[in-house]
Amino acid sequence: MGILDSKIPAGPLADKWTNHKNHINLVNPANKRNIDVIVVGTGLAGGAAAATLAELGYNVKTFCYQDSPRRAHSIAAQGGINAAKNYQGDGDSNYRLFYDTVKGGDYRSREANVYRLAEVSANIIDQCVAQGVPFAREYGGLLDNRSFGGVLVSRTFYAKGQTGQQLLLGAYAAMNRQINRGKIKSYTRHEMMDLVKVDGKARGIIARNLVTGEIERHSGHAVVLATGGYGNVFFLSTNAMGSNVMAAWRAHRKGAFFANPCYTQIHPTCIPVSGDHQSKLTLMSESLRNDGRIWVPKRKEDAIAIREGKLKPNQLKEEDRDYYLERRYPAFGNLVPRDVASRAAKERCDAGFGVNKTGEAVYLDFAAAIERYGKEKALTTGIHNADKNVITKLGKEVVEAKYGNLFQMYEKIVDENPYETPMMIYPAVHYTMGGLWVDYNLQTTIEGCYAAGEANFSDHGANRLGASALMQGLADGYFVLPYTIGDYLSNDIRTGTIPTDSPEFDAAEKDVTDRLNKLMGGKGLHSVDYYHKKLGKIMWNKCGMSRNAKELQEAIEEISALRADFWENVKIPGSSNGMNQELEKAGRVADFLELGELFAKDALTRNESCGGHFREEYQTEEGEALRDDENFKFASAWEYKGEPKDAVLHKEELVYENIELKTRSYK
Amino acid sequence: MKLTLKIWRQKDASSKGKMVDYSLNGVEGDMSFLEMLDVLNEELINKGEEPVEFDHDCREGICGTCSLQINGEPHGPDRLVTTCQLHMRKFKDGDTIVIEPFRAKAFPVIKDLIVDRSSFDRIQQAGGYISVNTSGNTVDANAIPINKHAADEAMDAATCIGCGACVAACKNASAMLFTSAKVSQFALLPQGQVEATERVQNMVRQMDLEGFGNCTNTGACEIECPKGISLENIARLNREYYSSSLKG
Repeated sequence: MGILDSKIPAGPLADKWTNHKNHINLVNPANKRNIDVIVVGTGLAGGAAAATLAELGYNVKTFCYQDSPRRAHSIAAQGGINAAKNYQGDGDSNYRLFYDTVKGGDYRSREANVYRLAEVSANIIDQCVAQGVPFAREYGGLLDNRSFGGVLVSRTFYAKGQTGQQLLLGAYAAMNRQINRGKIKSYTRHEMMDLVKVDGKARGIIARNLVTGEIERHSGHAVVLATGGYGNVFFLSTNAMGSNVMAAWRAHRKGAFFANPCYTQIHPTCIPVSGDHQSKLTLMSESLRNDGRIWVPKRKEDAIAIREGKLKPNQLKEEDRDYYLERRYPAFGNLVPRDVASRAAKERCDAGFGVNKTGEAVYLDFAAAIERYGKEKALTTGIHNADKNVITKLGKEVVEAKYGNLFQMYEKIVDENPYETPMMIYPAVHYTMGGLWVDYNLQTTIEGCYAAGEANFSDHGANRLGASALMQGLADGYFVLPYTIGDYLSNDIRTGTIPTDSPEFDAAEKDVTDRLNKLMGGKGLHSVDYYHKKLGKIMWNKCGMSRNAKELQEAIEEISALRADFWENVKIPGSSNGMNQELEKAGRVADFLELGELFAKDALTRNESCGGHFREEYQTEEGEALRDDENFKFASAWEYKGEPKDAVLHKEELVYENIELKTRSYK
Repeated sequence: MKLTLKIWRQKDASSKGKMVDYSLNGVEGDMSFLEMLDVLNEELINKGEEPVEFDHDCREGICGTCSLQINGEPHGPDRLVTTCQLHMRKFKDGDTIVIEPFRAKAFPVIKDLIVDRSSFDRIQQAGGYISVNTSGNTVDANAIPINKHAADEAMDAATCIGCGACVAACKNASAMLFTSAKVSQFALLPQGQVEATERVQNMVRQMDLEGFGNCTNTGACEIECPKGISLENIARLNREYYSSSLKG
């Protein structure tokens, strides 16, 4: 085990968190006023943490690259947030949410963390309702639920198809209340360029003001990184254009171990790529799989005719369609977890059954749902003997009420009406389960440096279930960090303000300035996007939905060569004094070029298939993932040693005391 | 298609800006408007010129970062979309497109097409919240039943993305639609009643301090709003404001 101490509290699983909270140190209210905390990133995890820490009395500084905290990419989460409320009385419980999450993560997450997540999940809903988050309700006035993939209960709370937006605006509102009280100072259009360590502890950051170009020093007694995931290493993903790994990677370079970089979620239901100009991909919420049925033509010649525009999907008879998820996984059907659904789509398309002009798309069809809802609506509104037209009309209204914004989004992008013709979807990079290694207290391997939300690695194992990211972000921010960080800060009540004129700050600032100058000094052959797109192609082709040793090895070499080319030849117009979006992108891509290589190395080291990590060499005869618990039941935590190829692997053995390890089956 | 673009270029907040013409070939209908600008920027960079800076992030119409006054309309000619969701199939070969930043005193230009909308944040900071602690120790979520119709209406108001199109569309550069969306969300929910008086007073005061203009009920904001925020919210804001003034 060596230097990785997960600090999981002793005692029975269900009591660990309560016991831990009862025994950790607290900081008295007067002392909190003398302690500064830096929070980088203002999404669900960062926004919630900042608001709560400020409310407790700490002085908080928040940083985001966006022009407002409200624009963090949590805002784009669509479908919902899980909580073990059991409002539906369908057998849900903390244990079941815990169990589903560990199983969904293919037994590669930490039991104690996941149980805590399930335990605080119900509080999140209470909290958000108190804040005025307008969750969907039933006619009786109580909260409504829907189902998400990989589970057999309805535990997902939602606000139309904009759940992330509403939860983030809740956290943003909580932040605003503290900004108004002067307890949070919000720095927008600021990017963290480096972490500053003093005597081995995280004591501040170097930030760049993206408007003026000024390099700033900010000190604090602890630094929280809530900066999201690194899906943009693939260039095309559902992440925002600005989403990046810089803060986490800078911390990694300063000593924070990076865990499981190869665990990436490829989401099954995204709008397919339309051409080379494509800058990002758009998700169609997993909630659509509650009502949509996924299919491709049974016969290859029909698929070809559809691709050539000679046949319309609606012309294909029921018996000529292959509802392949329902066929392969009868128990979970269209609601299998994301990794399973994505691989199944790829399998059909690779076999020649794909439906759009690129051959990389499958149908998500709402005709059956429209009919079902239409009939029900006709009955409840007292229309008997309704004809087909009336049923379809009523059914469309119900579907619109549930998913209207998603259907509109689809129509604007694809220029087809999804109420009339089935949606076309294909998997796309969406979320990264890997991230900074943290212990039970969410502290990284750097003392005083914490990581929360998607930026850490702890709760989702090798695959995240739908509607669990929002849950984890808010759990970390509202309910976990405020306790665990207090325990650490209780040692700092006599420290006083951390000065920013120390040699450590000088050195960190010099590093940042040198790096910017080096970027600006490139020979000027190719734009930043040129390199980013090349990196994305390597990642998608060789480190994507399925991987093998040969291609991973090639990826490592190609990324390494591309990185050298980038530093030599990148072209950044303008100057570093003032706003320069190309320079911002360049800094982020430079870090992706290092992370990408470590990603491939991690995938090459893990000789098994689990969750989102599918190695072609390790599969069953039926093409399902083949895990190797004997040799790989650990989290990989990488230590920075210069070049990614020199990174050193540390293993955190995962201990399962409450759940029996089984082959994950959704059949 | 081939397009002529007339784009506002401005080095920084203190410099004087001007319109600059660019011609762009090879634009496809499936491109989003911002992807069209990406193509232009790639050309400019390769020619050694400075690219056009514009705000954008999620590119799926929800973060509210993108802006742009396109042919005189915020977010361009299509309805109920942001600029990032506007597709080039809405234009035709040979078109001239005029691209400017959102114009309002309370949204000063930072560079090229980028404006500073932090005035919106300050309006929210003045009262756009319910003062509950984030401890989680509140009542059970289902202890507060809320009429579905009210909850749905609150949700409709809450979908505002804070992009500023309402201000850019308004001849008075008024922020009434933006402010009223938040006031309405809370006015429609029982949780929002406790602080209703202070909230509306504080938010309206801040809105005026920021230099936004008055509302003259023209309704351009509602038409240009990419999220379809209804003018009814302004009526509700006025109601809340006057009744709170009487209580005040």
